[in-house]
Amino acid sequence: MKHLFGKSWLTMIYVFLYIPIVTLVVYSFNASPLVTVWSAFTLKWYPAVVHDSELVGGLILSLKVALLSGLISIVFGTFTAFALVRYRKFTGRTFLASMANAPLVMPDVIVGLSLLLMLISVQRWTGFPDRGMFTILLGHALVGTAYATVVIMSRLREIDTRLEEAAMDLGCKPFQVFALVTLPLIAPALVSALLLTFTLSFDDVVLSAFLSGPGSTTLPLVIFSRARLGLNPSINAVAAIIIAVVSMVVIASSLYQARAERRRQREVNEAYAQTN
Amino acid sequence: MAAVKDDVVLEDLLRIDGLIKVFDGSVRAVDNVSLTVAKGEIFALLGSSGCGKSTLLRMLAGFETPTAGRIYLSGKDITDLPPYQRPINMMFQSYALFPHLNVWDNVAFGLRRDGMPKDELAERVESMLKLVQLGKFAKRKPHQLSGGQQQRVALARSLAKRPKLLLLDEPLGALDKKLRESTQLELVNIIEQVGVTCVLVTHDQEEAMTMASRIAVMNEGYFLQIGTPDEIYETPNSRLVADFIGNVNIFEGEVVEDEADHVTVRCPECLHYVGHGITGTPGMAVGVALRPEKIHLSREQPDKPHNWCAGDVADIAYFGAHTTYHLTLVTGMTLKVQQPNLTRHSGQGLTWGDRIYAHWSQDAMVVLTQ
Ligand SMILES: Nc1ncnc2c1ncn2[C@@H]1O[C@H](COP(=O)(O)OP(=O)(O)OP(=O)(O)O)[C@@H](O)[C@H]1O
Ligand SMILES: [Mg+2]
Repeated sequence: MKHLFGKSWLTMIYVFLYIPIVTLVVYSFNASPLVTVWSAFTLKWYPAVVHDSELVGGLILSLKVALLSGLISIVFGTFTAFALVRYRKFTGRTFLASMANAPLVMPDVIVGLSLLLMLISVQRWTGFPDRGMFTILLGHALVGTAYATVVIMSRLREIDTRLEEAAMDLGCKPFQVFALVTLPLIAPALVSALLLTFTLSFDDVVLSAFLSGPGSTTLPLVIFSRARLGLNPSINAVAAIIIAVVSMVVIASSLYQARAERRRQREVNEAYAQTN
Repeated sequence: MAAVKDDVVLEDLLRIDGLIKVFDGSVRAVDNVSLTVAKGEIFALLGSSGCGKSTLLRMLAGFETPTAGRIYLSGKDITDLPPYQRPINMMFQSYALFPHLNVWDNVAFGLRRDGMPKDELAERVESMLKLVQLGKFAKRKPHQLSGGQQQRVALARSLAKRPKLLLLDEPLGALDKKLRESTQLELVNIIEQVGVTCVLVTHDQEEAMTMASRIAVMNEGYFLQIGTPDEIYETPNSRLVADFIGNVNIFEGEVVEDEADHVTVRCPECLHYVGHGITGTPGMAVGVALRPEKIHLSREQPDKPHNWCAGDVADIAYFGAHTTYHLTLVTGMTLKVQQPNLTRHSGQGLTWGDRIYAHWSQDAMVVLTQ
């Protein structure tokens, strides 16, 4: 009885989570331009997306910003994490730690607004920067760095410092220790941090809304503004494409991980079988 | 056991002068330690947990900066050199093999940093892997190796650069007991084959005794005694050393007669006639250390005035090669006695509660003034 209850509860949650997504995909094949009325099956919205220059432009900008802010975030995140984890004592450590964490807890609206105000006054004095891709990137990289720092720090903490000492003992200068030992060992965390910050940037609306300028509208902003004017199924098509891409990436990466883990397990077993 | 060869001229390779390390302003992890290690020696730092062994070793490797004192290697002051400029390599506790590199690359790691030519490097790595019998495992990653194999990779890696000094931190600490005993001798063989000077850290006294040519017993950051394994075992200079190395019975008493060739010590349990002189005066309080294996048991009361006492058997532990008896003496002190089982059923039919006489010769004991 209890078993049944648990199962139906779980089913309900799945239904609640996935019905909207399924509906969204189904209606991307709807011939009627009204998103709520099903008429007939069609594929016409998909080519329409490709010819919609506003959508395509938004997508390209979003991808660019997401990739760049991801890369910037992991570079700065690595430096910050390294300083915080490896150097236990330096003046301003607590300050740096809280500054690195602040964007995580600060509401996006506040971050966006304050950045905007700052950028406006900077622009007034120096004539630079105009609002556009650069300013969006700045905002995303700022928040992304905070997330990347947290992810990379947790990995850095797990690494046995003796490995770094061993490298130094064998003749590595500090920079070589970092490049030859630390970096390869935190690589998985760098990939996770990149994916995380990429995603954060790609679906951000709030910061982009504050920081974008004329002619620099990211995909979420395009979708958001169209949603307010009245949806049409081409948006469903865009969403369906994004869902398909994301699902493929997720499935591929979990398959890859499962295979790597199986191979590792097999190799370990072989090694022990041979020694006994 | 690796003995220092007397016929070769011993040249000091490592000299430590008044080394001090204070952590956080108050923890004196290493407290004014001085030491010389001769070329080719295997030197063991022995002590209980937290006595500062690792800290001392890490200062030799260059990972910790001494608060005071100097370190000389072949006469050259290396105190201020960073680890990567010292001709010293270390084998780490739990090995610290690079998990992302295979066995071959782990061993080659240090050589590559020196920019060694390719074919010479390959040759060196081959010979190192052969030395530790891991030739066919070159392509394996560390996680694909058993504990004993990882230990040998770590050894090969630390020997590959032909360091002047090899540091070993608990080299066998991660192995199980059985593997450990066979590995001890194998490790000594390899070290002697290469001829490298060694400083090794351990808290296992048997390991130190089997592997080292000299031992320093450490306590709370300073050396209690430095000597060969048999010096440390047979003539400990203090109660702490006697207690730390092996099993021992310590009688507390006072000197009643102090001659050049012998001393007599009166204890509540018995009168000791010790066949060596001490620097002391009559009336001085001393301890008399007596190892369990140097005591004989008999049913009859010995007819000599000293070096025997009576006791009741309180405990019998059979170890196969020998049997350990715990005797309760009249004062309540427990005397540990170890008897070799020379023949089968050689236990003299002793059982719990039997009254028995323990006696020993005048050369069995050491008087401890500290
Ligand atoms: N980085 C450090 N900061 C502060 N105190 C330290 C540090 N490293 C060691 N200590 C202290 O110094 C003392 C000696 O430590 P050390 O690691 O040298 O002991 P050990 O003899 O190697 O012990 P074990 O056998 O447990 O490894 C300990 O009291 C330890 O707490
Ligand atoms: Mg230690």
